[in-house]
This record gives sequence, structure tokens and C-alpha cells, in this order.
Amino acid sequence: MYRYDAYDQRIVDERVAQFRDQTRRYLAGELTDDEFRPLRLQNGLYVQRHAPMLRVAIPYGLLSGRQLRTLAHIARKYDRGYAHFSTRQNIQYNWPALETVPDILADLASVQMHAIQTSGNCIRNITTDQFAGVAPDEIQDPRPWAEILRQWSTFHPEFAFLPRKFKIAVCGSREDRAVILVHDIGLQLTTNAAGETGFRVYVGGGLGRTPIIGSLIREFIEWQHVATYCEAVLRVYNRYGRRDNAYKARIKILVKALKPEVFAQKVDAEWAHLKDGPGTLTQAEVDRVSAHFRAPAYATLPALDADYGARRETDKAFSAWARRNVHGHKVPGYAAVTLSLKKTGVAPGDATADQMDIVADLAERYSLGELRVSHEQNLILADVRQADLVAVWQAARAAGLATPNIGLLTDIVCCPGGDFCSLANAKSIPIAQAIQQKFDDLDYLHDIGELDLNISGCMNSCGHHHVGHIGVLGVDKDGSEWYQISIGGSQGTAAALGDVIGPSFAADEVPGVVEKLIGTYLEQRTDEERFIDTVRRIGVAPFKTRVYGESANARKVANG
Amino acid sequence: MAKLIRGNAVVSDEWTLVALPVRDEPVKKQAGKAVLFKLTGEAAATDAEVAGVGIPGGKVIVPMSVWLGRHAELTARLAAGQLGVWLDSFEEPETLAASLHDINAFRVIAVNFPKFIDGRGFSVGRLLRERFGYRNELRAIGDVLRDQMFFFKRCGFDAYALRADRDAQDALAGLRDFSDPYQGAVDEPRPLFRRVARSA
Repeated sequence: MYRYDAYDQRIVDERVAQFRDQTRRYLAGELTDDEFRPLRLQNGLYVQRHAPMLRVAIPYGLLSGRQLRTLAHIARKYDRGYAHFSTRQNIQYNWPALETVPDILADLASVQMHAIQTSGNCIRNITTDQFAGVAPDEIQDPRPWAEILRQWSTFHPEFAFLPRKFKIAVCGSREDRAVILVHDIGLQLTTNAAGETGFRVYVGGGLGRTPIIGSLIREFIEWQHVATYCEAVLRVYNRYGRRDNAYKARIKILVKALKPEVFAQKVDAEWAHLKDGPGTLTQAEVDRVSAHFRAPAYATLPALDADYGARRETDKAFSAWARRNVHGHKVPGYAAVTLSLKKTGVAPGDATADQMDIVADLAERYSLGELRVSHEQNLILADVRQADLVAVWQAARAAGLATPNIGLLTDIVCCPGGDFCSLANAKSIPIAQAIQQKFDDLDYLHDIGELDLNISGCMNSCGHHHVGHIGVLGVDKDGSEWYQISIGGSQGTAAALGDVIGPSFAADEVPGVVEKLIGTYLEQRTDEERFIDTVRRIGVAPFKTRVYGESANARKVANG
Repeated sequence: MAKLIRGNAVVSDEWTLVALPVRDEPVKKQAGKAVLFKLTGEAAATDAEVAGVGIPGGKVIVPMSVWLGRHAELTARLAAGQLGVWLDSFEEPETLAASLHDINAFRVIAVNFPKFIDGRGFSVGRLLRERFGYRNELRAIGDVLRDQMFFFKRCGFDAYALRADRDAQDALAGLRDFSDPYQGAVDEPRPLFRRVARSA
């Protein structure tokens, strides 16, 4: 993984000093609330329902065991012994005191971490695929590019006060696990006819109030030019993005208003001035950064470890876990393992400090000292020998991290919702837990098969409900909480936005509605068809009829 | 009098800033908050408003719309080095550059930050320096605060009309928040990877 040199370290150290001084001035009354707000947000600090919430960056989801132990230490010392892994590969603390945040940042800086630009109207943490570097379908490792863009965007002087937040994702594999089509800029690594590396550039995707799939604005940008090209996109956005209405200020609104072709022309005109300038990347810099991500010295192992294979045949519980939570690896004899943060009864994405310590131990013992955070809010050990899988499973099971539900209905992606977040219209965690309880039977769960269920507590869509096969959105109606259900959304290469099935439901109705949707699927599916495939084939209507009855519109409408 | 920081020093300001008449516009509100921002390219003033602006003697910084609308009247003052111009955050430097042969005839160009969170002025600053070759004083005016000083400097500003209620020494410290930024900008066009040998 990327390790700081003296320059990187000084930048985060200077940030700690800067924020300590800003906090001091705020507490001394020298900065007003309005003046301090953008400053603290650019350090990931929100003022939430109960206390401030601090969002810490995990650049492209990669962590060392030592860093995770520090995150655990922070949870114990400054918070209530747990933290929440978010859908953007970050970690959030829900209870720190404002006065202690500079100290937390200093602790983070001691292990090469920070909270820079994790919120606010600036370029946010750059995200990528949680299987980067080990995925069998990888074209090229996206992490060096994510790191190069992280450095380019960190304290970029021109783009600290954009019209709205700005999210960039990089994908280096065939299957898009970084959801680049719903980012402000989505970069797909590719090669041209001459075999040179470059990027396909998508702009203006996003979820939130106005969900839009990104538009392809450039088929190929050579790797040398990726930073200057992004700079051109950002400059056009900074100048022309709407600032008169926060709900229309994302780049997607600008791209849509201008039409993607016209937006692309404006970017090209701007880029013509920046092309080949000093911001052009050099081979030396790409080599320097890439060296941090060089493949480790893997052992030469048989493609299938005999004991692992045998255990899968004989141990039903292990086999269920291996089927869902163990993933292919490009090196024979190795596997990637997902540790589930989706145990029934626990808020999706939450981990206790003790669990973090255990995962850090597992990473160091079995996975070359590193782990990843996925945007589905799970933790991944990316380099485990097959021969160690049983030991990893046993330790994970003892720590409540081995629920064999990855990619299944109870692997719910869920925002903190109304229990914590001051933006939320409705609670989301209790809905997730009620659904998990309803589908707690493992055989039933495995029979239902792959299903993405996403819950957001408001239209800001932190739970990515638009791209869930089943999406649940909390809405406010006359001061009470209702839930709108959509189906047919999907992430990945064939990203699509779900369709709302009809009027909203009260909280206690939601698990029953999900059960009806599943029932319809189980009746209608053909062999090998996943839930999403059935929805695509037969459409929304049969699901709707099952849920609302033939006289769907006769029902009292809570929210249209 | 408002404090002016020029380079690294607090100085007295010999220029008079000429404002546009304050218009009685309905305040747009959203979620209970006033929204003041105009879209880039919107007109700053009507012809009648431009015609009605009184311009005092001496060194003056006039609104871009006044410069564009009353060109003939101001040419002699420009030639005498007595004229500066200011752009609002929604005005385009392309328009200014196209309005005269040599942008360096202006001794001062100021860019207004109506609220510090309106970041368009940072792009305006870079364009004036990097695209249009402006070399004289580039001044940040408006909601100019300590915590944006570093960004102003990096985007080509070299004078800062600090908001009247703020401490100038404190603002000067803001110019030094970071020692070695990653990316190139006006003050140092080379990114870190071109300036130093970084080892893996």
C-alpha cells in the first residue's frame, strides 16, 4: 500500500495544526458558525443529532492492520467503542466531542491517515474496487491512479469551494465494482488500439434527489493527461455549476442542462490550454506510486488446497461461508475473504473496537498485513492462502464476522439514518434489522440467492437505494416516517436505477412487502435466474400486483 | 478603512473601490437561507445603473460593467495608470480580456468573493494569470478571510482586502498554512512530483 514520504506526512501534520487552530478560534468566538461550518466539513466533521460526527478517509478503502488498530483505539478513547464503515469506503465516529477532534486527527496522522475533504463542497475521497490488485478480471490496478488523483485533489486551491460535493471513482476491472456510473467523474481504465493505458471518462452520474447514470464524455484519455483533464472538468464545473440552488448544484445538473456533448466540448476547449502543461503526469511519478502497490511475493501453491476442498465437502457451515464470503484470486491457491459486517441485530457497517482489533490480527496473520473496506460496508482480507481459510473462518465466526450472507438479501447496504443523521427523514437501521430478522433462515436466504437490498433514510441516498435490486427510501409525510420501495436497480457495468413500485409503507409493513416481492420472484424465476434478472424479464407489474393487490390504487395513499 | 495586505505586508490602500448601486432585489430563499449567488454570465448591472455610477478622481477600481459601458470616458485614466477594474464572481475574465488590447494596462484587477464559499473567483484568478497573462496586482475583495488566504495566494492573488473586522497578522499567518502543496498552481506551476525527487 502507499506509504507516506516526508512530504505527505508534513501535509497531514500541517492540516492537524491548521484544524487545531481553526477549532480554537471557533471555540474562542473568533469564527462564526457559518464561517466554521465549511472548514469543519472539509475535515469530515458534521454536527449531528447527538454529537458531532467525524468521517475519516480511508483512501480507496485500503488499510493496514496498524491503521485499523488506531481506528479501534480512537473508538475506545474518544467515542463509545464502535464506529461505522460507510458506503464510500470511509469510517465514521458518531460521538466524539468537538474539542477532542484535533487530538483524534493527530492520532490519525501518526498512522498516515486523515479526515481531509471527507465532506464539504470539495473533491471527496477517491474510491475504487475493493478487490483492486487481486481481482481475476482486472485490466490494471486502479489504486496508483486513485493515489495520484488523491494527491492532485488534496487542498487543490482552485476547487476548495465548489458548488457542491464532488466524487471521483476509478475502476480497473471488467466488472465495475466501484459504481463509476453514479459518480461525478467515473474513470474506467482501458487500453487503446496501440496498447497504451488510458481512461474512459464518464461525468455527471449520481444518486441523491435526481438519480442519473453518468455520460461518457471521452472515449480515451491517455494516462499522462488524466489529472489535467480532470482539472478541466472541475474548472468548467466550478465556473458554471449552479450556485443558486443547492439541489441543482451537482455537476449532473450542469451536464444535463448543457447536454453531455456540449459539456464535453467545453471541457475539451478548457483542456486544450492545460494539455502538456506542468500538471501532465510523468512516467517517473507513476512508477514511484505504482511501486507501492506492487504485487507481494506470493507463494507457489496448488490451485486448490486439498484440505480446503475437503472441508468444503464435509462441513456444511464452512461450505456456506466459503460459497458466499470467499472470492477468487488471480494467484493460484489464494483467496479474498469478505468479513461480514451484516450480522442480524447489528447496524449494517458497524464494528466494535474489539472486532477491529481482531480483524487487524487476522490481516497481519493471514493477509499480508492489509485489508480493504468495500462500499457495501464489509471488510475484506484480500490475500489469504486457501490453507488458512478454515482458521480465518473460525476466528471470524467467534468475533461475529462470519455471517455467510455476502451478496445475499441480508447483506444490506444501509446509511446511519434517522437514529444518527440530522438530514434523514426516517430511520434506516431498524428497517434493516427487521428485514434481517425476517430472512434469518440461512437455507432460505441461500435459496433466494444474490440480491442487493439498499436502504437510505432520505433522498441524499447514502444507502444507494436507487441501485439496489430492492431499494428502500425513507420519506417524511406530515411528520411521520414512511418508506418507498423500488425494484430493478443495479450497480456494476449494467448500472440501472430502480422503479418505485407504488405508494409508501409504514415501517412495520416493510419486511412483509419484501417478503411479497421475494415470493413473486420465487414463483416466477427460471433456473439460474437471480431476482434482478426476473425483474428485468417480467417487469415491475407482477410484483406490484402482489404487493398492492389488483386494485392497487384503492389503497390509501400515504405518499405518491 | 479596510486593511489591505499586499504580498506579505499590511499597507494603506491608495485605490478607491467604486461599487455598483445596491439593487433592491427580492432575496431568494432556500430551506430558510438566503441564496445570493448569480449564475456565471448574468449581467451585473443595467445600462442605466452603469451610467449612473459616480466615479471619483484619483486611483479608482471600477466595476467591470462600468469599464465596458463607459470605455471612452475611462481610456485616459487607464493610460495614466489610474484605473483598475473589478469582476464579480459571476463575471467572466474572457469578457474583460477581450475588451482591451493589453490587460496589463490595468494596474489593479480585483475579484469579488461575495461570500467566501463562492469559489468561482479562484478560477477567475488563475485564468487572469495563466491564460490572459495578467502580471499586475490581483486583489481579492469581499468576504476575504484568513482561512482562504493560502488558496488565494496559490490562485495568483497577491493582494487581499481583508474583511474589516479581522486581524491582519492572523491573516498573514494563513498564507503559510502549508509548506509543500501537491499540485501546481499560479504561485508554483510545477506539481510536487516535478519539484522534488520523491523516492518510493
